[in-house]
Amino acid sequence: MSEATRTAAVAADLADERLIKNEGVGGFLSSQLNRLRSGDLGNLPVVLGLVIICIGFYLQNARFLSSRNLVSITQYAAPIGIIALGIVLILLLGEIDLSVGSVSGMAAAVMAVLMVNNGLSTTVAMLGGALVGLTVGLLYAALYIWIGIPSFVFSLAGLLGFQGVLLFVLGSTGTINLSKDSWLLEFTRFSFVTGWQSYAIVALIVLVYLGTEWRVTVRRTAAGLTPPWWPLVIVKAAAIAVGLGLLTWYVNIDRGFSYLWWLFFGLVVVVDYALRRTRWGRHVYAVGGNEEAARRSGIKVNRVYVSVFVLTSLFAAFGGLLAAGLQTSVSQATGTTDTNLTAIAAAVIGGTSLFGGRGTAWAALMGVLVLQAITSGLNLAGVESEVRFMVTGAVLIIAVGIDSLSRRARSSSGSG
Amino acid sequence: MTQPLTHHEAVPVGDSVLSLTGITKRFGAVQALTDVSLEVRPGEVVALVGDNGAGKSTLVKIISGVYQPDGGRIVFDGRPVAVHGPSDAQRLGIATVFQDLALCDNLDVVANLFLGQERATASILNEVEMEQEAWRLLRTLSAKIPSVRIPIASLSGGQRQTVAIARSLVGQPKVVLLDEPTAALGVAQTAEVLNLVERLRETGLGVILVSHNMADVQAVADRIVVLRLGRNAADFAVEEATTEELVAAITGASDNVVAERASRRTKPEDQDHE
Repeated sequence: MSEATRTAAVAADLADERLIKNEGVGGFLSSQLNRLRSGDLGNLPVVLGLVIICIGFYLQNARFLSSRNLVSITQYAAPIGIIALGIVLILLLGEIDLSVGSVSGMAAAVMAVLMVNNGLSTTVAMLGGALVGLTVGLLYAALYIWIGIPSFVFSLAGLLGFQGVLLFVLGSTGTINLSKDSWLLEFTRFSFVTGWQSYAIVALIVLVYLGTEWRVTVRRTAAGLTPPWWPLVIVKAAAIAVGLGLLTWYVNIDRGFSYLWWLFFGLVVVVDYALRRTRWGRHVYAVGGNEEAARRSGIKVNRVYVSVFVLTSLFAAFGGLLAAGLQTSVSQATGTTDTNLTAIAAAVIGGTSLFGGRGTAWAALMGVLVLQAITSGLNLAGVESEVRFMVTGAVLIIAVGIDSLSRRARSSSGSG
Repeated sequence: MTQPLTHHEAVPVGDSVLSLTGITKRFGAVQALTDVSLEVRPGEVVALVGDNGAGKSTLVKIISGVYQPDGGRIVFDGRPVAVHGPSDAQRLGIATVFQDLALCDNLDVVANLFLGQERATASILNEVEMEQEAWRLLRTLSAKIPSVRIPIASLSGGQRQTVAIARSLVGQPKVVLLDEPTAALGVAQTAEVLNLVERLRETGLGVILVSHNMADVQAVADRIVVLRLGRNAADFAVEEATTEELVAAITGASDNVVAERASRRTKPEDQDHE
């Protein structure tokens, strides 16, 4: 084969010998190693942390990894995880929302009042609660864009203010019990996916993954670019199938994964797709990475802010509604500091950078699993909440420390 | 507010792709630009030089749509236009590479190249098409980038400049405005960027090059426009201007401190070199 025909056959992105190749096992390993070395840790720290936590609590009390406990960890993690998903979005912009807990409580209170005191249907009452989130998001966006108040300050004001609204809405009774026959309670507390349906979901996930990779392969080959390396794709698909399959089988010994957990999982997948594959998501990362560059390249920066503030508050409200369903009632303590800081800590522990522009939707899922696992493990050990707060605080500091150190690694490797 | 200066409307536009005449801009008490003219033809590199405060950046920002002029006339492609914002300028076909490059460190090369003008169907990004186009652009510039899928953060200064210049070509512009493209670069990287500028000229683009570096300007420009204190001070074809003349035009006098130093140093070994 002559030199000319050989170069013609090479894909456009590999036409130069200096170009980075990711072919083969060695190429894959070296590119992964380079990523780590340049400070892009991805979700490695949180996965390691979760493994260590699981092993630790398991050695302390074998019931920690029982099927029953895993079901309840995932079920109770889901509402806060949904709130954390909103926090991930706002952190990607380099902003913060300290009031998500209060907003979740206020939305739940509004829903409870509409449902119980005014006798409206669950769906209408939930829409009312979601409307609360939408309003708060729009208010925040207006304060940020028109007046220029830092998000830290107005969300701190919201943290106090909306807790006041919660008390006001609940009125003298203090606690409202949701009606037992509401579908929200049924959905959040007693709905689980078991049997063939659970395995069908796993199969669907694997098929969607393979289908996406197949489509990418076809299109990239047609465009003269290197396609994904299929041995790796197969290995990943097999890992998902076996790992998720075994996990499903294990939790099916008890009740199976809750609807609530799958709902959260689905939301993470949707948000992840929106962030990575849509114009909007690209703009969110751009604004978080370099707002001025984004503005100069013609991105409507204010629209990005509005969309993210609204989504964060909506996710907070939605998480609050689900949490209320799970707890069957709304009280004066609903969505107080605990919810707030757990949701924010979850997003950060999951690997979302506080400095903006780095992180994925999966951070919410991983982070909230870590925190819920700690809560559950300490409960099993019979430790009260004072220790839990201290441990959560320590984990948060470790997570932020890792973020800061990897940021330093990025700047020293020229990847500032 | 201020009326365009009418006596400039008679100035022949010729075959220029972009021509500014009688541009005036005032910031409060400071008259930043007074009656400034600038003209670029397709396939021509016009260097815009001047001392600090001469009004270069203001003019650049007016061309790129960041500022609106108080008076004057901008003719693009034979018709008068008003540039109300950066996106207006882009739509017309004026691409600007800012001095700070305006790249997003956290995004990869492809994402940066198409930032704000992503290829997408129904808002879903078409990554394959963008990557293909990215390689095509980088090839036309003969640019050396290790991978278009690594974050900008891990590229060198020259490579970032390359990406910024390549990005300016995405919207198929007619005029490219480069603001101090070599300011932060080493010798070899500067040479690469100058090669890029020549390649832009070869593709028939009008190039406006703002620079402090006389050597770069003389190496690559066809014409040199000098601004001083917000006015046109001189307009040289590059082969007829010596460095001394340029410096004199920039500083506004031939007995300036730079020329004096130069003469003091060359006197002893007079005509030894050059």
